[in-house]
Amino acid sequence: MHLMYFTEQPMSAYSEQAGRDFGATALMFPNSHFDPKEGSRLYNNYIEQYMLAEEVGVDGIMLNEHHNAPFCMQAKANIFAAILAGMTKKAKIVMLGNPLPLAENPVRLAEELAMIDMISKGRLVSGFVRGGGQEQLATGVNPAFNRERFEEAHELVVKAWTQPGPFRFEGTHYQHRVVNPWAVPLQKPYPRVWIPGVISKETIVWAAQQRYPYIALNTSIEQTKKIWELYDQVALQHGYVGGPENRGYLIQVHISDNEEKAIENARQFRWMQGEFTGLAHPVWSTPSGYGSPTARRAFVEFAAGRAINPRGNTSFEQQMADLRIIAGTPKTVVAKLRRILEETRPGILALWGNDGRVSQEDSLTCIRLMGTEVFPAIREIAKELDLKSPFEANAPVHLRYSKDLKPAAKAAAE
Amino acid sequence: MAGVNWTDSTIEAAGTTLHLSRAGRGRPVLVLHHETGTLDRLPFYDSLAARYDVLVPHHPGYSRSPRPDWMRSVRDIAVVYRGLLSGLKVKNAALVGLGFGGWIAAEMASMAPGDLSHLVLVGAMGIKPPQGDILDLAITGYMDYARAGFHDQKAFDRVYGAEPPTDQLEMWDICREMSFRIAWKPYMYSQTLPHLLGSVRAPALVVWGGEDKVVPQSAAKVYAKALTNAKLEIVKGCGHCVDMEQPDALAKLVTTFIGQE
Repeated sequence: MHLMYFTEQPMSAYSEQAGRDFGATALMFPNSHFDPKEGSRLYNNYIEQYMLAEEVGVDGIMLNEHHNAPFCMQAKANIFAAILAGMTKKAKIVMLGNPLPLAENPVRLAEELAMIDMISKGRLVSGFVRGGGQEQLATGVNPAFNRERFEEAHELVVKAWTQPGPFRFEGTHYQHRVVNPWAVPLQKPYPRVWIPGVISKETIVWAAQQRYPYIALNTSIEQTKKIWELYDQVALQHGYVGGPENRGYLIQVHISDNEEKAIENARQFRWMQGEFTGLAHPVWSTPSGYGSPTARRAFVEFAAGRAINPRGNTSFEQQMADLRIIAGTPKTVVAKLRRILEETRPGILALWGNDGRVSQEDSLTCIRLMGTEVFPAIREIAKELDLKSPFEANAPVHLRYSKDLKPAAKAAAE
Repeated sequence: MAGVNWTDSTIEAAGTTLHLSRAGRGRPVLVLHHETGTLDRLPFYDSLAARYDVLVPHHPGYSRSPRPDWMRSVRDIAVVYRGLLSGLKVKNAALVGLGFGGWIAAEMASMAPGDLSHLVLVGAMGIKPPQGDILDLAITGYMDYARAGFHDQKAFDRVYGAEPPTDQLEMWDICREMSFRIAWKPYMYSQTLPHLLGSVRAPALVVWGGEDKVVPQSAAKVYAKALTNAKLEIVKGCGHCVDMEQPDALAKLVTTFIGQE
């Protein structure tokens, strides 16, 4: 089991009333509300949180990025990854991930990641994402080519990491005269790539085709099971059997030394889900061409206010009941996490510990209890349930490095 | 309009499949629709078809024409339409471009300046407005964007209905996706088009709604200046979609300009 700490790095130090008045705060909420003094304080708080996470023995620190949005002030995940590469010693730096389509120059991204891998002495896990819809708008990248750019940039990054240069790359969206980066990853054949996601079937299928672990982001138990069903089907078609080493799960879990306080702090998880700040206007979060064509009708109906959000928008209480938000003392939390582990069998687990306006003191308490009480108990449960991480299972970094592939029918029979 | 019989067909042009509506007799007039696609029939189309041989193709990737995945620019559509006219042996057509269609018409004029009788640009996109910006589809809701094309909201209701059906919203989304594919950056204009219009000698009429909130009127002056033989008409009290908001006024302007021969 690979156990990680995650925070969205909320930039919660702005006027709540201004956020409410504006409505959807992702993308267009004016950055005149961004106070760099508070920004400086918060960035340094997050570094303190990560350093404590390392000290209390987490296996990995999960990083991500968003743009133009107070719910996440990490505008470039590689910057934090570089900081952690130098400051930490043991924890994996797990990027979930770099939004590939936003890269105008994937070779530069390959260089940055190679540098992080070398500086951290081989602790990089280089996840990739498509980026949310508003990310495309914030960076001026064409949403209609999002998936094509994702796949092509991935191809180029992996080539830059594995194929000796110099070589030329003539793609549809990327053309490079000379690819010959003087920075290549320490880990061979290349750093592990994990793919986080929430609703797109196409991404689950793509991840399974590559044999990259898929990290389900805070999905319900039922949704998570459906994701593994699809992943496992595709895995069989490609000659391998999906298992815990292919499965990751991120869940909102706030831990405290007292139940009431834990629940009160956990309410801050609703901070970015539309309770008062909203995420984004539907046409910003799902610009035309970004989503799956099969979801087009549902999204236009939602965007026009004629249907509920197809991604769902449930209450705090319902999310607690569905185990999409867990809060409590270590004992309570471990019991609930056990159910998730039993039902969905992941080999990678990330706890999204703190959000919104949870104080630094409470955030640090959460991390301390996570590392000293919750994770040791989870490791025991994982042993009992045989939930191996990709590292423990020595899983191949990509399908092409597999040594155990079988014809689809034979794989299915096993 | 009584007496106008439209024929709809599917036609191949430059390896692309196009839906084409055609009606009327006389001088050929190619009418190019907005980036919101087009309804099958509109009073403005009927008015022109009463006097001319009117061709209304649905742009590739818009309304009833399927999307060519390879297409990357608005100029590509102009080339396809040059192929369409050539294939149909239609020579010296008048080009009437509405909004986004105006951009296509201007590209067509620039690439074959000897093969058009008249150029009519109505609230045309395609040129960077010296003041103001073209309204951004990408950050505007479906209904808000479509309604922004009308100064008089009752005119919108007459054309689309006060609550357009979900099929219409879905079609707007499909059209939007195609616009992103071919006109994302720079958004809805070409940096080279103004320089290429100099060889167009055909008489040109530049029409703008006086209350256009989609394409700033400052662009009208750039078109009028770039085209050697152009005059500018402002339709007062009208938004961007002059063809749908004041169809009679636009039909009168166009028929007076093109003439009756």
